[in-house]
Amino acid sequence: MTQPLTPPPKKNPEKRTLSPTLPPEARSRAAMGLTAAAAEGRFALQVCGECGATLYPARDACNRCLSVDLRWQDIDPRGELLAETTVRTSTNLYFRERAPWRTGTVRMDAGPVVICHVHGDVGPRARVVLSNRLDRAGQGVLLAMPEAPTPHMEDDPQLRAMTSDPKLRRVLIVDARSENAPAIAAALLQAGAATIFAGEAQSWRPNPQRAALLALGVQLLPLDVTDAGSVRELAGEIGGKVDILINNARFMRPGGVLQRGDTAFAQQEFDVNVLGLMRLAQAFGPAMCARTADGVNSAVAWVNILSAYALVNAPEFGSFAASQAAALSLGQSLRGEFRASGLRVMHVFVGPTEDDWHQPLPPPKVAPAALAADLLRGLQAGLEDVHSGDVAKELAERFRAGPKVLEREMTMGGRS
Amino acid sequence: MSALAELSQALASGAVRVVDLTHTLDPDFPVIVLPPEFGQCAPFRMEEISAYDHRGPAWKWNNFSMGEHTGTHFDAPKHWISGRDLPNGAVDEIDPSVFVGPVVVIDCSEGAAQNDDYELTPDVIAAWEAEHGRIPADAWVLLRSDWSKRSGAAYLNLRDDGPHSPGPTPEAIRLLVEDRGIRGFGTETIGTDAGQGGHYTPPYPAHFTLHGAGKYGLQCLRNLDQLPPTGAVLLAAPLKIKGGTGSPLRVMALIEG
Repeated sequence: MTQPLTPPPKKNPEKRTLSPTLPPEARSRAAMGLTAAAAEGRFALQVCGECGATLYPARDACNRCLSVDLRWQDIDPRGELLAETTVRTSTNLYFRERAPWRTGTVRMDAGPVVICHVHGDVGPRARVVLSNRLDRAGQGVLLAMPEAPTPHMEDDPQLRAMTSDPKLRRVLIVDARSENAPAIAAALLQAGAATIFAGEAQSWRPNPQRAALLALGVQLLPLDVTDAGSVRELAGEIGGKVDILINNARFMRPGGVLQRGDTAFAQQEFDVNVLGLMRLAQAFGPAMCARTADGVNSAVAWVNILSAYALVNAPEFGSFAASQAAALSLGQSLRGEFRASGLRVMHVFVGPTEDDWHQPLPPPKVAPAALAADLLRGLQAGLEDVHSGDVAKELAERFRAGPKVLEREMTMGGRS
Repeated sequence: MSALAELSQALASGAVRVVDLTHTLDPDFPVIVLPPEFGQCAPFRMEEISAYDHRGPAWKWNNFSMGEHTGTHFDAPKHWISGRDLPNGAVDEIDPSVFVGPVVVIDCSEGAAQNDDYELTPDVIAAWEAEHGRIPADAWVLLRSDWSKRSGAAYLNLRDDGPHSPGPTPEAIRLLVEDRGIRGFGTETIGTDAGQGGHYTPPYPAHFTLHGAGKYGLQCLRNLDQLPPTGAVLLAAPLKIKGGTGSPLRVMALIEG
């Protein structure tokens, strides 16, 4: 049975903070398909287009028929634990620091026998569900989980090392004025977050979310992502205590290029949505990267809430969508820059949300509570990409199927 | 002794003092809030270019950005639709002699302390003139409300029905502009108009009347409690922005004694 996590003691200020180390990162290009599936929380293996064999590990040609027509497909993740062993020491620093570490082999119902990490609650010869997870190096690895939930199973040290679980962690929600701030705070508190900070810009204006946030016990602190000084100041104060940063700051106005007579709103969109992200990352990134091995409440995730139209422009909100595409690109840069620390960048793509600027749009629109629930699930599963709501999910599928076709559909007018 | 030499001597001796009527340009200083579908005035922002570091080893400097109407600022006639076609309506076109001149201060601080929507009316002006004499032609008139002593949310004083702060009625501003021939009108609040000034006829009467008559506005002033009702000289020179409708500026007053 998993020992439930307890709140960590206050840090001993005489002790050096552990430097981050990573599990082995090298993969072949073929094997990266597992990582791509893990980033979205899917379990996928290669299936041979010629003979139909399900393959493991990933390879460039089918080991039965030598076909190179191998496609990543979602596969039934169930199986049975064949054998297991507990690694008590390792030449690899990452595992050495985290020993003991269970590994084993699982015979999948789909055929292959896989080598995987093993959750502490999996008994000998037990039925398991294989979970495809990103490890701290950001690569897809397989973890055998109990078939049915067990008490506190999310606190298993091997599992927690692969997730961004907010339990006992301290979270900064960047924009306390956003409609989604109270819902996100409530979801994280419900999931056991220790502290929620929320940044409030322009405290000289009434904040409609203020009462709801204070009622939840959220700590409101001044933060305006358009003001480099304000971002630096807050990072100076609490930068060492932020384990999860949720960038929900967003400026949007309707209109593409020609519908607007100027670049004023575009400047604000880029100032908040792109440069704001950059200012936040410059101020909070280094301290978070330095604290990814800091025990139970280590820094674990950087979350950007992005529009689903970051993937493809929608001219009705063309300028805003351009800023979202830029923010997505910047988030990819951060993945590269955070890589060595293991700090995970999670993007939550969301379609039209229930707010003032989407009011004239027909449903379905994503309500704050639904967005918060998807965001929380993403953190708990340790994902990199979350698609919140039907519109975002559908757009992502169409994008995968053919970006140019989608672009044409989005820009030809009269689209459904 | 020449007038200027006398002035220099008086400044040196302290017989004439300089009072700073300007707020510090600070990212946190409120800007006017319009309905969000309208364009907005940019707040003051500053980004470092270098600070004796790899970006420039021996020097520190910043880029800053803001709107023409951010912080303590000057309104030119061109700011309002009523003054759009006037000659010399932009800050770079205004005769610089306008930027130095006499100033009178109407103290409404007591009334404003009782009533956030305190109105400067012709009666208030009449009472002031009964005590201090007729407002001289071509003088600046400043409305002292002590609003500059407020900070945070109390400054804009935004409620569900908009901001609440003191200002002139349409009749009062017409009296000042048409009968007294003032040079301009200044306030401690975010605008020359009352917070609820949009509900007068005409809406925003100070902006409409002042700028329609080629007069000037000053807002977000402070330290008006240090000025005498009459006898001070105002120095208020906006930046020379090509076609500018206003400008942040350093406003100072010279006072005797």
